[in-house]
Amino acid sequence: MSTATKELTTKEAFLKYILRLADDRLILGQRNAEWCGHGPQLEEDLALANISLDLIGHATALYEYAAEIEDEGHDEDYFAYFRDDRDFTNLQLCELPKGDFGFTIARQFLFSAFSYFQYEKLKEADDEQFSGMINKHLKEIKYHLRHSREWVLRLGDGTEESHERIQESFDELWMYLGELFYMDEVDELMIKEGIGIDSSTFKDDVKKLIDDTLIEATLNVPDWDQFMMSGSRKGIHTEHLGHLLAQMQFLRRSHPKAEWK
Amino acid sequence: MILQTHTEEQIWDYLKEVTDPEIPVLNIVEMGIARKVEIDSDQVLVKITPTYSGCPAMNAIEKLVNEKLEERGVQDFKVKLDFAETWTTDWMTEEAKGKLKDYGIAPPEKTEEEGDFLKSLSGTKVIPCPFCESFDTKLVSQFGSTACKSQYFCDNCDQPFEHFKCI
Repeated sequence: MSTATKELTTKEAFLKYILRLADDRLILGQRNAEWCGHGPQLEEDLALANISLDLIGHATALYEYAAEIEDEGHDEDYFAYFRDDRDFTNLQLCELPKGDFGFTIARQFLFSAFSYFQYEKLKEADDEQFSGMINKHLKEIKYHLRHSREWVLRLGDGTEESHERIQESFDELWMYLGELFYMDEVDELMIKEGIGIDSSTFKDDVKKLIDDTLIEATLNVPDWDQFMMSGSRKGIHTEHLGHLLAQMQFLRRSHPKAEWK
Repeated sequence: MILQTHTEEQIWDYLKEVTDPEIPVLNIVEMGIARKVEIDSDQVLVKITPTYSGCPAMNAIEKLVNEKLEERGVQDFKVKLDFAETWTTDWMTEEAKGKLKDYGIAPPEKTEEEGDFLKSLSGTKVIPCPFCESFDTKLVSQFGSTACKSQYFCDNCDQPFEHFKCI
């Protein structure tokens, strides 16, 4: 038996790279969709449903491309419905229960702020189909960022109650931010291929946008050096992902060959 | 062998008969959704591109294009989704923007210059009311009844209206 680790091929790395991006978007899209019909006001109900639709749209396009790269006859539905929790490599940040409106907004803001800088770099990727997708999605991410940022300001600098609740949300979410900048052999290989990006090159930009927004919203910025969760890019999740998947996947798995007519 | 009896120009005319199901005053050519018509030997290839990635109208549009070409007797054709170019509201013709306004939707302005985005985060653009032209309007929500529109309210004529977001 060889003790050497099996070398990661470029194809495997690209597949993992795309699935990480896609899983983030599918899982957060599913979480935000839980607000549909439950928003605090009609406009926000529509906004969250729209953001969900965008995120799931982004995931679909990425999964389709992943299927093409993998070349094993799978499609986008396979990646969404027929993988188990340990196969999902989304950020733990995305799978946390939706909480109250402030929690959902705080999470969306943190995710959008990161995605904005991430996609600004990724759009230069040396792969036409991939960068085309990224460019398209980036335009929509800007709307998500603008929307969630405005709500952070409004809730933070709002009433005593809204201030307290969104502050608690940020405090609770903070330990899930370490993973945003996680990198491993997949990233390294993709950087070498001219596709991947080095998250340390835009980490300060992300932090600055988040810090500036929280300060403007009269909120305390939690400690960036505090304990941070890890493991999601290797399939380690919180207990919440399994429940989310059970709900999202059961219908498709009960009727695996069903087709929309 | 089927001889293609339809010219490229004719195909474009047929595509102009397909309207956007969400905004029925606009056809998919003036929207910039129909991108390319190629006639290769006998096959007609039509390339369309989605506006928003999550736009539920896209499947409907693809279906409508297929039905239209069939109805017009085009024999051998293929409709393909093309993602290489990124759709932008700048592709909408001036005529289309005029039609949008007449329909009661404030048309998209020219998209912002690169690099201005972070600075523009705090400000909102003033969108004139499509009904009374007043600038006394306010943004109600970035997101509206469809992915491509945001909601505004005009304080001058007391009318809510939608704005086609520029992307």
